[in-house]
Amino acid sequence: MTKEETKQAVLDIIADVAPDEDITDVNPEIRLRDQLELDSMDFLDIVMELRKRHNIEVPEAEYPELASLDSCAEYLTPKFEALGK
Amino acid sequence: MSGLAAGIRLAHFGKKVCIFERHNAAGGLNSFYSQQGRKFDVGLHALTNFVRPGVKGTPLTKLLRQLRISRDEFQLSEQKRSRVCFGPNGETSLNFTNDFEVFESEVARVFPNQIDGFRKLVAKVREYDDVSLDAKPISARQVVREFVSDALLEDMIFCPVMYYGSAQERDMEFGQFVIMFKALLLEGFARPFDGVRVILRVLTDKYRAAGGERRMKCGVRRIIPNGDRASAVELDDGQTITADHVISSIGGPETERLWTQPTKKTVSPVGALSFVETITVLDQQPAALGWGDDTIIFFNDSERFDYVAAQDQVDPRSGVICFPNNFAYADGQTLEEGVFRCTCLANYGAWKGLPETDYLAAKAEWYGRIQASALRFLPAVDPTALRKATIGTDMFTPRTVEKFTGHLGGAIYGSPLKHRQGRTSLENVYICGTDQGFLGIIGAMLSGISMANYHILRGS
Repeated sequence: MTKEETKQAVLDIIADVAPDEDITDVNPEIRLRDQLELDSMDFLDIVMELRKRHNIEVPEAEYPELASLDSCAEYLTPKFEALGK
Repeated sequence: MSGLAAGIRLAHFGKKVCIFERHNAAGGLNSFYSQQGRKFDVGLHALTNFVRPGVKGTPLTKLLRQLRISRDEFQLSEQKRSRVCFGPNGETSLNFTNDFEVFESEVARVFPNQIDGFRKLVAKVREYDDVSLDAKPISARQVVREFVSDALLEDMIFCPVMYYGSAQERDMEFGQFVIMFKALLLEGFARPFDGVRVILRVLTDKYRAAGGERRMKCGVRRIIPNGDRASAVELDDGQTITADHVISSIGGPETERLWTQPTKKTVSPVGALSFVETITVLDQQPAALGWGDDTIIFFNDSERFDYVAAQDQVDPRSGVICFPNNFAYADGQTLEEGVFRCTCLANYGAWKGLPETDYLAAKAEWYGRIQASALRFLPAVDPTALRKATIGTDMFTPRTVEKFTGHLGGAIYGSPLKHRQGRTSLENVYICGTDQGFLGIIGAMLSGISMANYHILRGS
């Protein structure tokens, strides 16, 4: 899985978790929270969907790694690779 | 309703969930029943917390996201106009709609010397973190008095807020006040054309699609403790079901009684506040009869607004009138029949022990007295015309509430003691719904969501 594909996987989840958000122009460098209306309940859902769809575990202490699309790509791509994806 | 919301969350994320419901219909305090071919909503005057599409970060939008529901599924139509109406014949009136500016300008018009304080109170309400699960309790009356010095305005603010959700007499916890003030006044009222059953259908469909199981007419009569934890639940038919977690939506005192003796001093007191409601079915729209377009009217005839359990069987001095017809339904649709509902505070004890014939006589007597009280706050209608237009009546009392919902004392808003974190004396038993402390239909759903997230999903 490339970093771009990881970003897309995260965007797909956000599209389902927060369908009322416009995600067409998300800037990958900026914190998701600063450009979308996402609260802690939504972040919990992103984490839960990563597990449900991709078998990826994100421990609570590491939630900050999901702050922006870029940081998601850095953090999650090796996890996808470890699962052979 | 809170249980269904919790169930949807848990089932969606792969937990094995089963909901046990003693009644034959879902919904608990927000359910419906049929009588002579008519369907009546039990709890729903209006769905509170309504915001229009695009408004984010409020309870309605949060719960739609969390339950993966699109807002169209609830088919919500907005209220036309409501009011708070005080005085022996409704001399002082404050109108409000789903646009808060209307209420604010009404306060400025009727209480010009209070408007600055009122605006500061609103600012405080807006910034208050009302969903915090560990806020310290403070008196709402005390906080409101810091901003509003006119007792009439104070009571007119508290009347709708208390009637739509306070389990506490006279005063309420400020966090609860904030939740209700936002839900009723800063947000607003809406209703699906077909009432609460639309919402219940959406929830049960989601739950089933997520893989949740449901057992109807199958109550839980006991929780079996093992040390500090529950090991299983015992059903009405004697069967036991083991569980890792138990979420109970039956109320605080009611839940504790599932594993402690009722004679022992329980942690949660039973709520003292219950209500009666009269329902009058009309052969025409209320507006055609001359009652106008008001959706909901909160009234009080006395010097002060006394939100306490009635001394007599009913306290008709204050109450809530609701016309479900007066929502702006899509395409100008109108409900087939007119419905005039009126809710007043009641006294559970005064209804509980009545022999059947006295009970029916009391219902008939109070039906008339409640209606007479409410009519003072509506445009005058010829009594003969009203009688001729009336094609059906019904009434519920605290006894009805207790019988069908299992809430002790017929306490619709539950115990005055709320368990914000939903904890009980058993580690893996949690409370959701009215006694967790989020109020109304939207609050009920949000409560189930929060408890499922906080206790089960977050840590798993």
